[in-house]
Amino acid sequence: MTETQAGKEAAPAASDISPVPAIELDGVVKEYQAHGEVVQAVKGVSLSIAEGEFFSMLGPSGCGKTTTMRMIAGFEDPTRGTVRLQGQDVTDVAPNKRDVNMVFQSYALFPHMNVWENVAFGLRRKRVPEQEIKRRVGEMLEIVDLTGREKRRPREMSGGQQQRVALARALVNNPRALLLDEPLGALDLKLRQAMQIELKRIQREVGITFVYVTHDQNEALTMSDRIAVMNDGLVEQLAGPREIYERPATKFVAGFIGTSNLLSGTAEEVGGGTAVIRMGDGDRVLVPVGDATVQGGAVEVTVRPEKIRISREEPAVGVSAVRGTVSEVVYLGTYNSYAVNLAGGTEFTVFEQNAHDSSITAERGDSVWLSWQPHHSYAIGS
Amino acid sequence: MRRKIAPYLLILPGGLWLVIFLVVPLVFMASVSTQEGDIVNGFVQTFRLANYTDALVEFKTQFLRSVGYGLAGTVLTIALAYPVAYWIAFKAGARKSTYLLLVLLPFFVSFVLRTVSWKFLLADDGILLQPLKGLGLLPADFHVLQTTAAVIGGLAYNYLPFMILPIYVALERVDPRVVEASYDLYASRRDSFTKIVLPLSLPGVFAGVLMTFVPMTSDYVNASILGGPANTMIGNIIQTEYLVNNDYPVGGALSFTLMAAMLIGIFVYAKALGTENVLEAAAR
Repeated sequence: MTETQAGKEAAPAASDISPVPAIELDGVVKEYQAHGEVVQAVKGVSLSIAEGEFFSMLGPSGCGKTTTMRMIAGFEDPTRGTVRLQGQDVTDVAPNKRDVNMVFQSYALFPHMNVWENVAFGLRRKRVPEQEIKRRVGEMLEIVDLTGREKRRPREMSGGQQQRVALARALVNNPRALLLDEPLGALDLKLRQAMQIELKRIQREVGITFVYVTHDQNEALTMSDRIAVMNDGLVEQLAGPREIYERPATKFVAGFIGTSNLLSGTAEEVGGGTAVIRMGDGDRVLVPVGDATVQGGAVEVTVRPEKIRISREEPAVGVSAVRGTVSEVVYLGTYNSYAVNLAGGTEFTVFEQNAHDSSITAERGDSVWLSWQPHHSYAIGS
Repeated sequence: MRRKIAPYLLILPGGLWLVIFLVVPLVFMASVSTQEGDIVNGFVQTFRLANYTDALVEFKTQFLRSVGYGLAGTVLTIALAYPVAYWIAFKAGARKSTYLLLVLLPFFVSFVLRTVSWKFLLADDGILLQPLKGLGLLPADFHVLQTTAAVIGGLAYNYLPFMILPIYVALERVDPRVVEASYDLYASRRDSFTKIVLPLSLPGVFAGVLMTFVPMTSDYVNASILGGPANTMIGNIIQTEYLVNNDYPVGGALSFTLMAAMLIGIFVYAKALGTENVLEAAAR
C-alpha cells in the first residue's frame, strides 16, 4: 500500500479540516470460516478518512471492499484491528449505537412505510421531538428533490427515486459519515451518471464524510477526493483520482483503472531517476524509475493509450518509441482506437483524438511507430 | 378461436370437480334445510324458514361456544406458531427444509388417530397424570380430559402447521438488509422486531388465521374425543342431527347458519385487517 501526496489534490483532505480523522481503520482483518477452513476477506487494512472527504473504496467483487465498509458500519466484527470514528474506538459498538448511516446496495427501504415514514425512522428511534422531525424530514426531502412524494410507497417509485429516499433516510440523521454500498449499481447508465453529479452536489451541500464502495472505476474517478483501490483483501493504492490514474502503484491498479499497455524488459542503464529499458525485440525506451530498480533487473513499463502517438515515420529523438503492425482500427466518434502488435508479440492499444480531420493515420496491416514522452510512462513493480 | 377456449379448458377439470362435489350438495342441503318431515315418512319442501330460527334458539350455546373455542384456539396457535416460524426462518440456517418437514410430519398420521393418542396421554390414569398423582404433585381428582382446555389445546395442536407455514413464508420474504437497515437507523432489537419484522410478517398471520379459525370453529373431532358433554361444539350437533337423529332439515339449517356466520366474520376481518392500514399503524 502506498499513501502518496494525498493532500495535494484531495482538496478537503488532511490540510484544512480538523486533525482527527472521521474514520480510522487500524490493521483491520476479517476472517470467515468457510467449509472448515479460514478465509481472509480483509487481510489487514489501515487507512484514515478525513472529515468531509468523499472517499471511495474501489475494486473487483470479492476484494473485501464491502466487508471493510460493513465493519465501519458495525455489521461485521473485525477479527483483528481497530475501527475508530472521530478518534473513538467503536470496534465493539453495535451498529444501532454508531453514528454512521448506510445506503444499501438494494436500498433496503422499509416496504410497508411511505417515504415520510422511511425518512423519519431514524429520528423517531432517537426520540427527536415530533416538531423537529417534521422540519428535518421536510428539509431533507427537499434536498433530494422528493417534496410532494411523502405518501408514496417505495414500490410505487422508480429506482432513482428509491435511491434518493435511501439517501435521505440516512442523511436526515446527520451522521458522522455516510456509507454507500454500490448505491448506483441497480440504475441504468444515464440515471447513474445523473445520480453521480447529484450525489456530489448533496455531499457538498451537507458536508458529511462519504465513504463510497464501488467496482466502477469511472464512478470512483468522477466523484472521489481519494480512492483506495482494493484487491484480494488489501489496499493496493490509496491516492487521489489523478494520481491513481496517472501513476498506478501496482500492475493491478494499472490494469483495473482504465486501459493500460504493458511492456516487459530489462533495465540496461539506471541513473538520475530514469532507466533505459531494453525490450525483447531490441527496442529501447526511456522510463522514469524509483530507487528499487537495479541494473539488469526485470522491469515492467506501462503507458496509457491516449499518451501514445501513432505515426508512419520514425519519430524524432528524445521520445520513447517502439515499432509494430496495426491489427485493428476502430472508429469511436471522439477518437480512433488502434490495436497494434509490437514486434515482441505484445499488443498495444492506442487512442488517437479525432481532432483536426477525420482521416486516420494508419490502416490495418500498416507498419507504424508508437511514441510517447518518457515521463508519461513509468516502471511498476509486478 | 382455439386460443380463447384454451384457458377455459384448463379450469374445466377443477371447475367440474367443485361444481359436482361442492355446489350440488350445497344446493341440495339448502333445499333440505327448509323442508319438513322425518326419515321414515320422507321430507317435504314447505320453505319453512322457522327451521333456522328453531335451530338457532335450541343450539345457541354450542354456536357461541364454537366461536369462542375457535378464537381461543386461533390465538393460542398464533402464540405457538410465531416463534417456531421465526426460528426456522431466521435461525435454522441450512437446515430449514428439515425443520419444515418436521412441522409437516404429523400430517403423515391420521388426524383422528393423533387426537385419540392425546386421549391416551392425558387420561386420568394415563402415563402422564398417573405418575404425577402418585408422587403427590397433582391432586387425585385432577383431570385434563373433558375440559375446555383439552379441547382448545387439541384444536391448537391439530391446526398448528397451518399457522406455522404461512407465517414462515412471510418471514422468509423479509429482506435481511431491511432488518439491517433498521439497526443502522438506531433501532433496538425490540424496535426492529415490532416496527419492521412483525408488520412485514402480518400478511402471513392474516393468512394463517383464515386457514385455522374456520376449520377450528366447525371442528367436531377434538370436542368429541377430548371434550365432555359441556364442551359440545356446533360441529358435533350437526353431526348428531345428520347421522344420529336423521333430522336433515335442522342439520342443514345449522350448517348454513354456520357457513353464513363464518363468511360474514371473515369478510369483516378481511375488511378491518387485510388492508394496509394495519401495516401503517404498526409502522409508527
